[in-house]
Amino acid sequence: MTKSELIAQLAGRFSQLGAKDADFAVKVILDALSDALVRGDRIEIRGFGSFALNYRPPRTGRNPKSGEKVSVPAKWVPHFKAGKELRERVDLSI
Amino acid sequence: MGGRTVTRADLCEAVYTKVGLSRTESAELVETVLAEISDCLVRGESVKLSSFGSFLVRSKGERIGRNPKTGEEVPISPRRVMVFKPSNVLKQKINTALSGDGE
Repeated sequence: MTKSELIAQLAGRFSQLGAKDADFAVKVILDALSDALVRGDRIEIRGFGSFALNYRPPRTGRNPKSGEKVSVPAKWVPHFKAGKELRERVDLSI
Repeated sequence: MGGRTVTRADLCEAVYTKVGLSRTESAELVETVLAEISDCLVRGESVKLSSFGSFLVRSKGERIGRNPKTGEEVPISPRRVMVFKPSNVLKQKINTALSGDGE
């Protein structure tokens, strides 16, 4: 499923929403999630999962082609942990 | 770092204040979005949300684990797990915002 398919589903389900509104509603939700991570907040949605940031310390990497050393700066990477309910549902259905 | 935890209620509030829906409808909309994503993953389908990231389902084969307390070897059954792959846009946003206040 892509974002546009999700939007189409939503517009079909909520008759009071036009395609534009459904598109905007999805944007509002995804922006709320992104903004939270950008602020350094965690996100916890019971039954679905949680998002948190993991720290990656700076390191010296190598250009695999030339073997040259390059310094890789520290960074934060978002990490998603599936909630119990979703994790079990994904695993069970085959 | 923010240190706050964003929950379902915050998502509903964002929808309520920005989209012209009632509180009940906003909550319903958030639930529908989460349910749509979940149902796709349960069917084994991946979900791609451009500029945010993708949720993928991976099948893991059987492997041998170890009880870290007793050192005992235990087989880990094959399973399906979901992973989130953040988009480059999201990764970039996070690191532009947080660079400098390294914690």
